[in-house]
Amino acid sequence: MEESIISFKNFGFKYTAQAEPTLKGINLDIHKGEKVLICGPSGCGKSTLFNCLNGLIPASYSGDATGDLIIKDNSFRNLDIFSLSKITGTVLQDSDGQFIGLTVGEDIAFAMENDIVQLEEMKERVVEAAKKVGIESFLDHAPHELSGGQKQRVSLAGVMVDDVEIFLFDEPLANLDPASGKKTIELIDQIHKDTGATIIIVEHRIEDVLHCSVDRVVLMGEGSIILDTTPDKLLSSDSLIKNGIREPLYVTALKYAGVEIKEEMKPGMIDSLILSNQDKQKIKEWMESIPDKPQVDDRPLLLETKDLSFSYPNGKKALKDINFSIKKGEMMSIVGRNGAGKSTFCKVICGFEKESEGKIYLSGSDISNLSIKERAEKIAYVMQNPNQMITKPMIKDEVALGLVLDGRYSEEEINKRVDEALKVCGLYPFRSWPISALSFGQKKRVTIASILVMRPPVIILDEPTAGQDFRHYTAIMEFLKSLNEMGYTIILITHDMHLMIEYSDRAVVFTEGEMIADSKSEMILTDDDLLEKASLKRTSLSDLAKLVGVDETMFIRKFIKFDREVRK
Amino acid sequence: MSGVFNYINRKSPIHTLTGASKLIVLILWSLAAMTTFDTRLLLVLPVFSLILFKISGIKYKDVSFVINFTLVFMILNNVLIFLFSPEHGVSIYGTRHVVWNGIGRWTVTKEQLFYQLNVVLKYIATIPIVILFVSTTDPSEFASSLNRVGISYKIAYSVSLALRYIPDIQREYHEISVAQQARGLELNKEKEGLIKRLKCAATLLFPLIVSSMERIEVIANAMELRGFGKNKKRTWYSSRPFRKGDYLAIIASSAIMLISILLNVVNGGRYYNPFI
Repeated sequence: MEESIISFKNFGFKYTAQAEPTLKGINLDIHKGEKVLICGPSGCGKSTLFNCLNGLIPASYSGDATGDLIIKDNSFRNLDIFSLSKITGTVLQDSDGQFIGLTVGEDIAFAMENDIVQLEEMKERVVEAAKKVGIESFLDHAPHELSGGQKQRVSLAGVMVDDVEIFLFDEPLANLDPASGKKTIELIDQIHKDTGATIIIVEHRIEDVLHCSVDRVVLMGEGSIILDTTPDKLLSSDSLIKNGIREPLYVTALKYAGVEIKEEMKPGMIDSLILSNQDKQKIKEWMESIPDKPQVDDRPLLLETKDLSFSYPNGKKALKDINFSIKKGEMMSIVGRNGAGKSTFCKVICGFEKESEGKIYLSGSDISNLSIKERAEKIAYVMQNPNQMITKPMIKDEVALGLVLDGRYSEEEINKRVDEALKVCGLYPFRSWPISALSFGQKKRVTIASILVMRPPVIILDEPTAGQDFRHYTAIMEFLKSLNEMGYTIILITHDMHLMIEYSDRAVVFTEGEMIADSKSEMILTDDDLLEKASLKRTSLSDLAKLVGVDETMFIRKFIKFDREVRK
Repeated sequence: MSGVFNYINRKSPIHTLTGASKLIVLILWSLAAMTTFDTRLLLVLPVFSLILFKISGIKYKDVSFVINFTLVFMILNNVLIFLFSPEHGVSIYGTRHVVWNGIGRWTVTKEQLFYQLNVVLKYIATIPIVILFVSTTDPSEFASSLNRVGISYKIAYSVSLALRYIPDIQREYHEISVAQQARGLELNKEKEGLIKRLKCAATLLFPLIVSSMERIEVIANAMELRGFGKNKKRTWYSSRPFRKGDYLAIIASSAIMLISILLNVVNGGRYYNPFI
């Protein structure tokens, strides 16, 4: 019998502000040195469970607990957030927001400062912790000089200065591009091996976490534990899809091909997957059954840039000679690592920033001289965070704002357009609600509705599905697809490879202010050089194709095609 | 963004002074400038502060916004002094040399002009040193120096966090404002009246407050998780030992303070009176 370090005993929790308990009857034992993945859709209670372990409940969020939670032989009732912080080290989701210090060194030292550790010892321990996560050469850097992945390493080093026995990771992949996400998972694995600590990862991107092995997966739904099992067992069942969690792509592909997934096949990781010759044959046959004739796209060009360049006032060149084009009615992606110029490019197109050189054409006419507002009637931009766009407390007022400010529209016309946009966005039933009552995804729809009333032919969305679980991701993307089918041209700025595969046929890659590729999604997803520059990674479809012995690009192309048909 | 009140990281002898000694200099210096109305000292201090500015490598354009802001404030202050007590100089210096008879009670006297000259000099003597302090002191060092002079570290840290978030919030304000302009909100100077523009700017506050609240929740949780507030005291990673320069700076500013007190004694009051 292994020693339990965490033990939930018929544990329940209800927030003071809520009528219903968020957690119900949780029984869960986590053993010393185990690596456990906790997954579940938004609102399933995984964050609440997480905050019970680090003490933010009840320190920051009050409520009533029932049952018991034992952490290292102590009931949580006898532990406060400060004593817990010596046992559990928490890495929060928002690597930007949790950066407290002004430099890397200072941030790592934060916990020690609060423990009144003397300067000399502090400096030594900072260097030691920084070395463990490989950021020792960045100690004097400010947060804005770091990438998302590096910031996360700093947070990790910040909890490693104390010899904590339990590491808690709250959605460690949420704000990272796929390439950095992969490195993070590898780093967590490394720490697990080196320190023998207990690791708990809360995340709904199962496929990415399972890049390195975990001992157990706990699946949560509606405040309870639905399943507590090994990855192999989990992936040979259909519990994930049933509970609104995305399956790994290779699992989806196997199912499409009619391969029955059994536990013995070790489907928990693509690297461990065993396929019989019969299974491989099935996959090949499935692949051959999908027709592959190149489609001719003869739609007219809508938006085009010619040698577009942009420099910041301080002279730093942010965009170099971009020649970009999109056809009328297309839905495509712009990919690239943070700071590669994707958002800057879109901001220049929208007139938020003024280009230094080059021209922008819409349906063949030069729009370089139009003001922000005039361009917005033609090209709309939806920011990543809807809270940055919403200025009115009521939904209807927010959606109507653009038309009201314009002043050219009658009240009747405004009402007509607002109702129409609300209906398209599925918000009509909520039209007289206050915006504060809406979820994040619904707020996003409000921001989209508020630009739809202006009827711009082109809509640019910055990371439309960031931070969304599978159900909300699907809802948002299907909605955007329906807009696309209605004739809107849609540009997506994204890091999400699922989004590329499922919703965009074509993508352009930005790196260091240059557009280095303009290609089919499957071509980008199989080109190592481009993947590296775009901060993406190979999908598990490539690995599956290799395992079966078929051409990767062809395999992905056919998968995309089949997947679209299934979705219809 | 340039011209705002913020820490500017450059390499200079002033940047290398510890936050604590800079804070002490700031306090002594402003006390000295505040207690005295001695024109001779008030003429010397601005010259010193300009020299310090030169040494610090901070340029006018780095801090133009706050300088212009205080200039406007200073002018307003002077106009109000004249409006409300045009004879204040006379009552201080005890003589009355009329320069211009003016309208009604608003007579311009040499004494009043001299008094207001002193007010202006006080501004010029203190403001640059405040700006210099903020722009050459790293916010966390600022917090640690506040803590060193006896202020609770919790208060000190919240002040430094607030200073630190100024650039973030400005960036966010810019993002929000372009997004709103795209929806037809006019923030351009030429096109709309001041009142309307202010109204428009006010609508931008709503999203700014919402996102700032989110930011505060995250940082507060992160701090608490890492033991902030656990003990009565804390140490500071950014604290540095006092060096020769620090002692020099403190001695020099103590000297200024001393001169200011001496002048008070010699003049028999706060004012230097050239009219007798």
